[in-house]
Amino acid sequence: MKLTFHIWRQKDAKSPGQMVRYESDNFNEDMSMLEALDVLNEELMNRGELPVAFEHDCREGICGSCGFMINGVAHGPVPATTVCQLTLRHFQDGEELYLEPWRARAFPILKDLVVDRNAFDRVIQAGGYISVSTGSAPDGNAIPIRKENADRAMDYASCIACGACVAACPNASAALFTGAKISHLRQLPQGEPERHERALRMVAQVNAEMFGNCTNIGECAAVCPKEIPLEVIAQMNRDFLAASWAARKQPYQDPAEEKRWQQYDSAHR
Amino acid sequence: MSAASAAAIKDSRLSRFWNATNGKKAVMAVTGLILVGFVIGHMAGNLQIFLGPEKFNAYAAALKALPALLWGARAVLLLSVTLHIWAAIALWQLKNDARPQNYVKRKPIASSYASRTMYWSGPILALFIFYHLLHFTIGAGGTAFDPVDVYSNVIAGFRVWFLSVFYMVAMGLLCLHLYHGIWSMFQSLGFQHPRYTPVLQKAAQAIAVVVFLGFVSVPVAVLAGWVS
Amino acid sequence: MKLESKIPSGPIEQKWDKARFEYKLVNPANKRKFNVIVVGTGLAGGSAAATLGELGYNVKCFCFQDSPRRAHSIAAQGGINAAKNYQNDGDSIYRLFYDTVKGGDFRAREANVYRLASISVNIIDQCVAQGVPFAREYGGLLSNRSFGGAQVSRTFYARGQTGQQLLLGAYQALERQIDAGRVKMFPRTEMLDLIVIDGKARGIVTRDLVTGAIQTHLADAVILGTGGYGNVYYLSTNAKGSNCTAIWRAHKRGAAFGNPCFTQIHPTCIPVSGDYQSKLTLMSESLRNDGRVWVPKVKGDTRPPRQIPEDERDYYLERKYPSFGNLVPRDVASRNSKAVCDEGRGVGPSGLAVYLDFTDAIKRMGEQTIRERYGNLFDMYQRITDENPYEVPMRIYPAIHYTMGGLWVDYNLMSTIPGLFVIGEANFSDHGANRLGASALMQGLSDGYFVIPYSLGNYLASEKLGKVEETAPEVKEALAGITGITNKLLSVRGRRTVDSFHRELGKIMWDECGMSRNAAGLTQAIDRLRALKDEYWQNVNVPGSAGELNQALEKAGRVADFFELGELMCIDALQREESCGGHFREEYQTPEGEAQRDDEKFSHVAAWEYAGAGRSPVLHKEPLNFEYVKPSQRSYK
Repeated sequence: MKLTFHIWRQKDAKSPGQMVRYESDNFNEDMSMLEALDVLNEELMNRGELPVAFEHDCREGICGSCGFMINGVAHGPVPATTVCQLTLRHFQDGEELYLEPWRARAFPILKDLVVDRNAFDRVIQAGGYISVSTGSAPDGNAIPIRKENADRAMDYASCIACGACVAACPNASAALFTGAKISHLRQLPQGEPERHERALRMVAQVNAEMFGNCTNIGECAAVCPKEIPLEVIAQMNRDFLAASWAARKQPYQDPAEEKRWQQYDSAHR
Repeated sequence: MSAASAAAIKDSRLSRFWNATNGKKAVMAVTGLILVGFVIGHMAGNLQIFLGPEKFNAYAAALKALPALLWGARAVLLLSVTLHIWAAIALWQLKNDARPQNYVKRKPIASSYASRTMYWSGPILALFIFYHLLHFTIGAGGTAFDPVDVYSNVIAGFRVWFLSVFYMVAMGLLCLHLYHGIWSMFQSLGFQHPRYTPVLQKAAQAIAVVVFLGFVSVPVAVLAGWVS
Repeated sequence: MKLESKIPSGPIEQKWDKARFEYKLVNPANKRKFNVIVVGTGLAGGSAAATLGELGYNVKCFCFQDSPRRAHSIAAQGGINAAKNYQNDGDSIYRLFYDTVKGGDFRAREANVYRLASISVNIIDQCVAQGVPFAREYGGLLSNRSFGGAQVSRTFYARGQTGQQLLLGAYQALERQIDAGRVKMFPRTEMLDLIVIDGKARGIVTRDLVTGAIQTHLADAVILGTGGYGNVYYLSTNAKGSNCTAIWRAHKRGAAFGNPCFTQIHPTCIPVSGDYQSKLTLMSESLRNDGRVWVPKVKGDTRPPRQIPEDERDYYLERKYPSFGNLVPRDVASRNSKAVCDEGRGVGPSGLAVYLDFTDAIKRMGEQTIRERYGNLFDMYQRITDENPYEVPMRIYPAIHYTMGGLWVDYNLMSTIPGLFVIGEANFSDHGANRLGASALMQGLSDGYFVIPYSLGNYLASEKLGKVEETAPEVKEALAGITGITNKLLSVRGRRTVDSFHRELGKIMWDECGMSRNAAGLTQAIDRLRALKDEYWQNVNVPGSAGELNQALEKAGRVADFFELGELMCIDALQREESCGGHFREEYQTPEGEAQRDDEKFSHVAAWEYAGAGRSPVLHKEPLNFEYVKPSQRSYK
């Protein structure tokens, strides 16, 4: 099988990049997209050229490491599939494919198709957890949880933080990612006590990271390999609005929230 | 104002609410809701033109008979439009900041045409509204104007074919804007439900189409000579 | 080197309480003065770093991935065992302990396993409190399933993504500590060496994978939770980045390596389809509950499976093991697949696969029921192979999945280097020669949340640890050594890529030190590995430079270590002249072809000491005593 790739090559974060054309007919349709890049890289190295850097690890669609744009679509044309599980049989022999890294101010490019997604970690640091230290937990069955709520929490919790939602959004918004974590934790009684603070702090961090705004258009959910639904964004908005309305304290009275707004102020100076 | 009180305002809950994109979107949703309410009321008023000049002019006179209400409503609308536009501009700037470099290839796969063109339909509508106020409220639109005979103003205005076409195009854009906006409002305010949201989406689309047809019916009727 | 297991005396139920009581405590006000390094952020490392941060230690945490949330624990599917007995079906801590010792084919330490079983119940509580969305019944209580042939339902699960959810729980706890400033996180930073000063682990050498900067980090103790070494086989179900470098380099600094040859093969993976293949995909073992395994009776039968009549099929597991049938343990199922393929009766284009057929189950229960039970697995199979398993039998083949071996640790999870602790899959401790399904997650979290926080405190409180400086000769030597290795790899500029060497290494290991092993094969493999390693250092092509993000260089260092570890695995397998669990020596089998243990000579842990480059490693033995679970021959007939 023959494919022509146009791949974004960029030496490091500071250098400019450009699309470079590569052609090979050593592919076959059972390969995954990443295996195709492996084959291409072997060829490049054997020719004395530098291989294409791309992120990957588990190669079974769960670690969230991999991901790039294929012909303008995050993770390529097959729904609910990461590039590591995308086989070449979904492409035509001789097809031209444009591979580009996720593009967002909050995801600076490190090299070729590799971007820095640590902004996501910082959003989780802001409140994407339940504050329970080891050893202080009651019995697992002490609080019954409606099966439907547990199932929905699982739907939302299946996010792999690959960043496709940000990449696909015309505004580079992280609303689906943030909404997924807020929605997961708010479904559960354990997450209830911190619901308001969580929404305020996580939203503050998302804004400090310079992600764009959500315009509710649904590109994110359409490319999400775990099919996180758009409703998580509404749930995040609900918590944020309720918390903003109900809060008795000003933001600067919550150091964890204020820290984020200060970061926002310096980013938007 | 002292530096300390300026800092206190900047750090206030309200100001941080506005800093958050989610806050701005909520403002856009609430102001959008007010404006949608106005649009529907305006359309209902316009359709009275089909009841004849007396009824229509009486309706216009009735509105003006209560200056407090009229100016109160105008103030709310003006504030809504201002906030709606202000938020939109701020978000548009952020959107450009958030992705400084665009993709070489880009293919939308789920979003509607209406949702992707909100940043286009909005500003054009704003221009339209500006002209529309000059035209029918102030009387500086270039066609015959009589502050008491609103009915004749409309007929005179829409007899000019290119003005009618401009109005109809603007209503098409309004329809597009509402097609996405009315549903999006709910999402921004935190309402989403797998059973109700699809119904809501359909309802929003239906309202958008009804608004379009309602408004467009007037210039069409004038051009066709059904009302004169 | 002396192996002291430091197992507390007394009845097995009281050992852990006794140990905890005897442990010295660190004054709460002093905890922040202790610097602790945690390498790896999977279930073990992540939970340890978070918990130590909560306790107030000053923690530095490292992972080579871009985020701690991507550690390979995330890929575990099936579930986590816990002796909660919520199902009232006769489970107990003692039963979980018993099953684990027996399942490990009597090559694990009883005291460790008992502690694991007793902690298992706390893990579930902790995870529920963190918001892990375990499956629930309509009444709102936790749901359980029976897993991997266990006769009680003690497995807790979150769909087929249990590992993901448990890891995210630990990750979120870790992120909370990072935000609180108690843990400093170093993502995209790989540990390349251990710094040992005055015989104690006092720091690590790392490489920043973005800038290439090689740095040292000093501390009072080092904890390795760096996972298993299944990637020595090149093709495995491990993530591509999973590697042995951290534990191997610690081994070279003096940590004994326990039972390196104990590897687990998982019977239900999607077969290899070509040379380009980069990894193997596991499908949950639960498939064997309803699928029937078969191959054609005659060899070289290339007819499509549907055209092979019933009486020309060999349902070999049902034939050989009438009472367990398709549900025999992982090692038995895997070995039999290999045996029929070796006879030439394998199916599929490569001949290295057997059928897993759901026709009868679909006939009996209807397609809908099968879809509800296995829908996601069937979809995954179809996505990869483009075959519809509702219509055509699946093709499966065993694959390397887990390594029971690892750095030797005592009861306190400390290696033979004082101050170096090893947790999770990276240590050798709890699974013996074979790990039971749904026990890996349990061990990782047990070590990280509930064991290391106590035993580390004891070490820090008992030892007098002087201050160490960056200028110490040991620090400089380690730094120079790593810079040297990096430059050497880059300077070869040979003709073969790292992957081509790794594939060849993996093939040797799989053929000679895989599902079944024999003395001749192992001896020859050792020679071949040495020759290949020599060629590697003469002819490897590592493009690019040291001061940049260079994925080929990262791989090159890891593969260099895999060569040496692979050799040790063969040496260990050669030495262990018995068959037990995942280690099957062809010379030692019963007349029926089953594994034949030799408890007289091999009821011990083989702990290998590194003796220097080019020297034979030195074997130390830790005898295993079974006071509670008496060794017996496993039988599944």
